[in-house]
Amino acid sequence: MQRHFEEEFNALAQELLKMGGHCERMIQASVKALLERDLTHSAQVLKWEEQVNVLHVQIDEACMHLLALQNPVASDLRAVIAALKINNDLERIGDQACNITQNTIDLLKSPGLRIPEGMARMTELAQSMVRLALDGYVKRDVGLAEHVLALEDQVDALKDQIFNEELADMTRNSVAVPRGLDIILIARNLEKIGDHATNIAEDVIFMVKAKDIRHHLDQAKA
Amino acid sequence: MPPEEPVSTDTMEKEAKQRTVAPPMVTARAPQVPDQGQAGGDKDQVKIQVHGLNAWFGEKQVLHDVNFKVVEHQVTAMIGPSGCGKSTLIRCLNRMHETVSGAELKGSIRYENQEILAPDVDPVAVRRRIGMVFQKPTPFPTLTIFENVAVGMRLHGIHDQKLVTATVERSLRGAALWDEVKDVLHKPGGSLSGGQQQRLCIARALAIETDVLLLDEPCSALDPISTAKVEELLFELKNKYTIVIVTHNMQQAARVSERTVFMLNGKLIEYGPTDKMFTAPDNRLTEDYITGRFG
Repeated sequence: MQRHFEEEFNALAQELLKMGGHCERMIQASVKALLERDLTHSAQVLKWEEQVNVLHVQIDEACMHLLALQNPVASDLRAVIAALKINNDLERIGDQACNITQNTIDLLKSPGLRIPEGMARMTELAQSMVRLALDGYVKRDVGLAEHVLALEDQVDALKDQIFNEELADMTRNSVAVPRGLDIILIARNLEKIGDHATNIAEDVIFMVKAKDIRHHLDQAKA
Repeated sequence: MPPEEPVSTDTMEKEAKQRTVAPPMVTARAPQVPDQGQAGGDKDQVKIQVHGLNAWFGEKQVLHDVNFKVVEHQVTAMIGPSGCGKSTLIRCLNRMHETVSGAELKGSIRYENQEILAPDVDPVAVRRRIGMVFQKPTPFPTLTIFENVAVGMRLHGIHDQKLVTATVERSLRGAALWDEVKDVLHKPGGSLSGGQQQRLCIARALAIETDVLLLDEPCSALDPISTAKVEELLFELKNKYTIVIVTHNMQQAARVSERTVFMLNGKLIEYGPTDKMFTAPDNRLTEDYITGRFG
């Protein structure tokens, strides 16, 4: 017999996945607008953001409801706490995608636009990290979560690469500064998306193994 | 009858000086043994150490090789499904188990490093130091509130009225009941509400030289307000006493205790810090029980 808690929690997890799906699409569309120079994708991002915001509030309420009425403990408690934190990270991911969209709108006004080589790959990686972290949450799979943690370094390296390229360009040509700054901000937002995906992966590990690996404090204790 | 005037602080101080140190339960003390419990740091003073405890009712074994410790000035909660042996276990701690016909006990229970299951130990002396409060409030219904608290002292031969009066007030204050009953001490114990009766029973236990309080589901017959009062009382009492509580209410165990014992089928499945037990238990059976997956 399924426990009532599980019934309610599964409904909550479904909403969280729906929100995650929106976020993945927002990441993809926000950068697609830049790569294809097509602002119709940007409009779609802003539309999804409204839905993400609604889900953010609904999921918070559902978590509070579960905590207050079901008094979850042990793995149930960890699952609700993880859901609360993942909810926040997903909302922030949505915000980062909106930031990218805003930078893209500015960027597409610049003449002679050159998109850094690593941008498409960085987008792909950030999107994968979010998808893998959420898969890890649904499947309670620590392996998937650990894979997300490993990808973070690649995203960071690409951000550094783009940053250095644009800095060199801006140093050579001051006209390129506004465009370069927008590119750097987009790369920075993608890196932040990777950070939020990493947070989700850490929450998955906490939920499954009851182990808090954040900031490597567990290793410091050991 | 209780006096009309409240007892002064001076009287209470004098009474405290007059109180004798509890006599040892046996003349010879057992040798010191190192703390072998799995939970608790070096600073924790072990009050009761249970080792290899087995209990029977006739042919039926109800406790199997139980090992754990009770730390001084902490609340230790015992949880588990009905019939798991938690009430039997708590009754072993002050040798109440053996009062049942056909009951048998083997193993070791050390109270302040003194073996209380030794044949030369007086069970009554044990119960004076390790008091018990039961599930259903058990005041003497026709005795006055005052006499309900004083009765233990009278039975132990204490008849100094000033001492008795001061101790009754101290005990009722200790049980957070004094303000509610100070003007009606002459009324029967049975006239109090269920929650007040339970606190009266706690006051009765405190009136003798109690050091450890055993509470067997003390709130199961109480409404939420009375339950909250008893729980608040436990936070106060643990500053002076050591407490062991059996409860079916896992939230209560989580709220009031520092350590939790989980029992199943007469076996101790897990013992450890309560916060860990309710967030990340080590044993799958504990996890299944506290999250309601049993059955």
